[in-house]
Amino acid sequence: MSNATLSDRRPSTLRAASLPKWFSWAVAAASVALGLGVSAALGLESSIQWALIAGVLFVAGTFGIAARVEGKRQAKDRVATSVVWVAFLLAVIPLASLVWETVSRGVKVLDTYFLTHSMGVVADTEPGGGIYHAILGTLEQVGLATLISVPIGVLTAIYLVEYGRGKLAKAVTFFVDVMTGVPSIVAGLFILSTWILILDMGPSGFAGAMALTILMLPVVVRSTEEMLKLVPNELREASLALGVPKWRTILKVVLPTAIGGITTGVMLAVARIAGETAPVLLLVWGSNFINSNPFSDPQASLPMYIYLQYANSGGSGAAYDRAWAAALTLIAFIMILNLAARGIARWKAPKTGR
Amino acid sequence: MAKRIDVSGLNAYYGSFRAIEDISMTVEPRTVTAFIGPSGCGKSTFLRTLNRMHEVTPGGRVEGKVMLDDEDLYGAGVDPVSVRREVGMVFQRPNPFPTMSIYDNVAAGLKLVGGKKKSEMDDVVEKSLKGANLWNEVKDRLGKPGSGLSGGQQQRLCIARAIAVEPNVLLMDEPCSALDPISTLAIEDLIGELKERFTIVIVTHNMQQAARVSDRTAFFNLAAVGQPGKLIEIDDTERIFSNPSVQATEDYISGRFG
Ligand SMILES: Nc1ncnc2c1ncn2[C@@H]1O[C@H](COP(=O)(O)OP(=O)(O)OP(=O)(O)O)[C@@H](O)[C@H]1O
Ligand SMILES: [Mg+2]
Repeated sequence: MSNATLSDRRPSTLRAASLPKWFSWAVAAASVALGLGVSAALGLESSIQWALIAGVLFVAGTFGIAARVEGKRQAKDRVATSVVWVAFLLAVIPLASLVWETVSRGVKVLDTYFLTHSMGVVADTEPGGGIYHAILGTLEQVGLATLISVPIGVLTAIYLVEYGRGKLAKAVTFFVDVMTGVPSIVAGLFILSTWILILDMGPSGFAGAMALTILMLPVVVRSTEEMLKLVPNELREASLALGVPKWRTILKVVLPTAIGGITTGVMLAVARIAGETAPVLLLVWGSNFINSNPFSDPQASLPMYIYLQYANSGGSGAAYDRAWAAALTLIAFIMILNLAARGIARWKAPKTGR
Repeated sequence: MAKRIDVSGLNAYYGSFRAIEDISMTVEPRTVTAFIGPSGCGKSTFLRTLNRMHEVTPGGRVEGKVMLDDEDLYGAGVDPVSVRREVGMVFQRPNPFPTMSIYDNVAAGLKLVGGKKKSEMDDVVEKSLKGANLWNEVKDRLGKPGSGLSGGQQQRLCIARAIAVEPNVLLMDEPCSALDPISTLAIEDLIGELKERFTIVIVTHNMQQAARVSDRTAFFNLAAVGQPGKLIEIDDTERIFSNPSVQATEDYISGRFG
């Protein structure tokens, strides 16, 4: 046997058989079709069932074909990729359908009238009315909670990262951890028992804001802490070596470097508390009227408005539509906050461009 | 105005670990002194005791005396912040402030302390950038971020930032180790110019660099890993490189160990 024939027969070690680019798409289409066919044949109604069948078929089919054509290693690689895709779709589908549901049901009554009027003269069963009072309440309660928790939270984080050593810092860290796990209803009960039952104050937006502060504070501390830790020590040393006092170093070098991340953290914390219902239910009570003073008398808030409207609607009618429209408003509000956070983070991020 | 540094009986610790032991030396004003020695022998640690940056490290502690002309840096009631205004420092890796423009980086030391008018500030920034041989390269983009410069430019920016506060002494910890030969040359030339105005101490692993830029050279060594570093000898650079009085120095310089 000559050398030439030997090398002719031996396949190249670098180039192997590979499937065309459209392979994954074809398998996906085939498995969706198969999934639909199987569920039709078995009389399965739920779309979750055929989607799951299609997902399993997709992963298995990818592996089977790729293993035969491309070999074991490439097949594993493809399976990992397709599992990621299936998981991604499984995560996106509920999210997309939630947004779709909310938007399609919410736009029915969502207009400027809805945004600028309260429920003051409208009975729950009648059409009309709006969420002005609830938006106002949410803005004031969340705003107050933010005003209280951001300074305290950021200062605590600065203490923990820049100064904290020893027992006190450990204790603070421990309490922040504990606070992170406090359920919102417990935070509400805590304020209820001190502010309303012991100090004998009435329900108010401020009482709700205090409970929201309990929920927001640990998130702010934690995220700020992480951001401050990301600031390289070299920058602190560079500033200190210039003869800049430590507090000014923190104020002028450390905080500006971390401000983008801190803002993002705060915005996410705000988004989290804006949807809280339990403490608001306990402490602010809700109201059908416009109350712009957060320091006395019950106030409305968006999550509670949604809950009350839905509870009074029996699953259809004007109140039901209003509940969806308010939900859409709340989602939009949180979305805007998130976008703002991203914008600020990008705008304030340390510049590297030339 | 350059000042004399006079160190006697200096020990520095990280927690309970003694990193340098019993160091005494004098650094004359308007000279360049180079510190050489194997890795881990405490050159950086010693350098950082000269502007009280050592104590910034958790557990950092210093014993002994460092006289700046006739003031003890470690005397009672001495404020480390004012010490650092007198003794500036340039680090191994260029570390411009990423949120600040080139202008603000140079002005940082002055601004962060406050009390200068805009026109005065402009003058200081221009003077410092010229002093660091960077002015021509950046004068058209003073408002751009400092992190957009090349590594060598960034290091000269850091030197400009350090000399803008008019210190008496300038400490440099391997200022060229992250730079290419041309930027290195630029900085070595710069050191030659700066020594007219400042007392300069430079740590370097580059023997040729020590020989080129310094008037005096100090050789540090450590007996073994985990042992404190010691000053072996300090002498005129020419003598150290031609005819050192300690055998270990000659071995190190000629590459026989370390
Ligand atoms: N932050 C620290 N904590 C504890 N020990 C440290 C710390 N920094 C340095 N050391 C120790 O102190 C000793 C001296 O270190 P130093 O950084 O001063 O050495 P060096 O001579 O500058 O070395 P190189 O030439 O590699 O920069 C070493 O044993 C080192 O491990
Ligand atoms: Mg060093």
